[in-house]
Amino acid sequence: MFELSDIEREAILLSLKVAFWAVAVSLPFGVACAWLLSRKSFPGRSVLNGIVHLPLVLPPVVVGLILLLLFGTTGPIGGFLKNVFGITVIFTWKGAAVAAAIMAFPLMVRAIRLSLDTVDPGLERAARTLGAGPIRTFFTITLPLALPGLVTGIVLAFARSLGEFGATITFVSNIPGETRTLPLAIFSSLQVPDGEAVAIRLAVVSVILAFAALIASELLVRRHEHRPET
Amino acid sequence: MLSVRLEKGYPQFAIRADFDADAGSISALFGRSGAGKTSIVDMIAGLTRPDAGKIEIDGDVLFDAAAGIDLPPEKRRVGYVFQNSRLFPHMNVRRNLLYGASAAAGADFRQIAHLLDLQPLMNRSPVKLSGGERQRVAIGRALLSRPRLLLMDEPLAGIDVQRRNEILPFLDRLRAEVDLTMLYVSHEIEEVIRLADNMILVSDGTVAASGAVEDIMSRLDLKPLTGRYESGAVLATTYEAYDPEFGLGHLAFDGGTLRVAGLEMDHGVSVRAHIRARDVSLALSRPAQSSILNVFDGRIVEVTAEPGPQVDVLVDIGAPIIARVTRKSAHDLALKPGQPVFALIKAVAIDKRSLGGQGRTGR
Repeated sequence: MFELSDIEREAILLSLKVAFWAVAVSLPFGVACAWLLSRKSFPGRSVLNGIVHLPLVLPPVVVGLILLLLFGTTGPIGGFLKNVFGITVIFTWKGAAVAAAIMAFPLMVRAIRLSLDTVDPGLERAARTLGAGPIRTFFTITLPLALPGLVTGIVLAFARSLGEFGATITFVSNIPGETRTLPLAIFSSLQVPDGEAVAIRLAVVSVILAFAALIASELLVRRHEHRPET
Repeated sequence: MLSVRLEKGYPQFAIRADFDADAGSISALFGRSGAGKTSIVDMIAGLTRPDAGKIEIDGDVLFDAAAGIDLPPEKRRVGYVFQNSRLFPHMNVRRNLLYGASAAAGADFRQIAHLLDLQPLMNRSPVKLSGGERQRVAIGRALLSRPRLLLMDEPLAGIDVQRRNEILPFLDRLRAEVDLTMLYVSHEIEEVIRLADNMILVSDGTVAASGAVEDIMSRLDLKPLTGRYESGAVLATTYEAYDPEFGLGHLAFDGGTLRVAGLEMDHGVSVRAHIRARDVSLALSRPAQSSILNVFDGRIVEVTAEPGPQVDVLVDIGAPIIARVTRKSAHDLALKPGQPVFALIKAVAIDKRSLGGQGRTGR
């Protein structure tokens, strides 16, 4: 039963690639947003908070449409990317990664921010009096202490990216080998006669991938907590 | 030398601090909880920004509102031992100690680890240390960052009374062996007397008085701030001799020899003796047959004129000493300034807690 066809393998690998890049590229921004929201008060803080959380409450199709307008070759961002860097995002796997990253962003920021909230600012102040500047303090004190939330945020975002459907199909369509990720492949196979078996097999793969991500995060966090003191 | 002039307004509270501390001295910021002591040291460390003023160490400006200078904490070289130690929970003791140390701190590291007896703790997690051990690590960590000034914000406050006696000897060693300007925040007068050279009295955000511990403690007008029950003069003495037959230590001071029960230490060590005002009685003639060993003749300098059943009498016996007597006794003996009296101090009233400042000869 678990002999995967080339087309199925292609969809799985594409999904992993899209999810990996979605998380990798959005992580620095996610950490920065989480830190701003957790530590700083500034004008426009609630606006930033709202924008970050918008993809959570908007219909994914609407997000896809907004991306289409922004990243289309004539859109403000898409035009810039094409003219300056020669990158086309729309109807490519990169666009799928952008859609996945945007949809997963609120989950990532939320998990990291909750974890940052639990880090005692007094420890950061102590580090400063010991000669560490803000950047060293962040990377040696704040971030390591927020590591469980960071791992949770990464895993949630990765899993959410693997499952992204609505914004992806709206933004970059459903092109086999380019933008047809797992959920899109499942959807497509249900559209053809006798495609149900393929759909079920891909669904099983989705469940396995999601489980693997959760277990991996659990192990990482546990290893961090029980790390031998060296 | 540390020089501090700063002002900061809070919604319900204002801080106006103005004091100096000599290089290499230990100054105590003393005052009630909520008097603004922690806010003051936070501003010296650069963790809170004052509204106005100037902070200097040895001529280097850390903060100057008028000139727009405000060094960040990491550029100030001001060590800070916090009340709750603030050790980094994800690092073991060794990594905590080395966090602020330069790469070439090897010799310092061994010396400080020895001074604070940290060697057995090195590989432990801070989470598993006792309160006293944690503060020792916090002190070592601050020292290893090679500060020009060490701030200690009630380092004993979070530790229960029995355990304090485990860490006090380390603070004594620190004061004796490390030549560093220190600012020690406390609301426990006994700690101040034991550890500090100078005292900065903080009340309602302002410095009410500052000076040598002996001078501040012998001022009757500051008594409401130095504390009523424990108040009393502090004598600077030198350990002179031990009387093995009766187990008495002899402490020499400008007014004679003070005998203290059960105190044995090296000859020539300087000791500061806190004589609680309630342990001092007064007599108009030298008692002929009495159990009281310490009798000093002197002259009354000042009698407090406040209502209530007690009065405090400042007597010059070669050094200032305060006696607390009932108003009735003061009335019956007609105590008044200028009058010659004898001050009587029970040798057993001076216990270990009343003695401090040990180990620094010639200071």
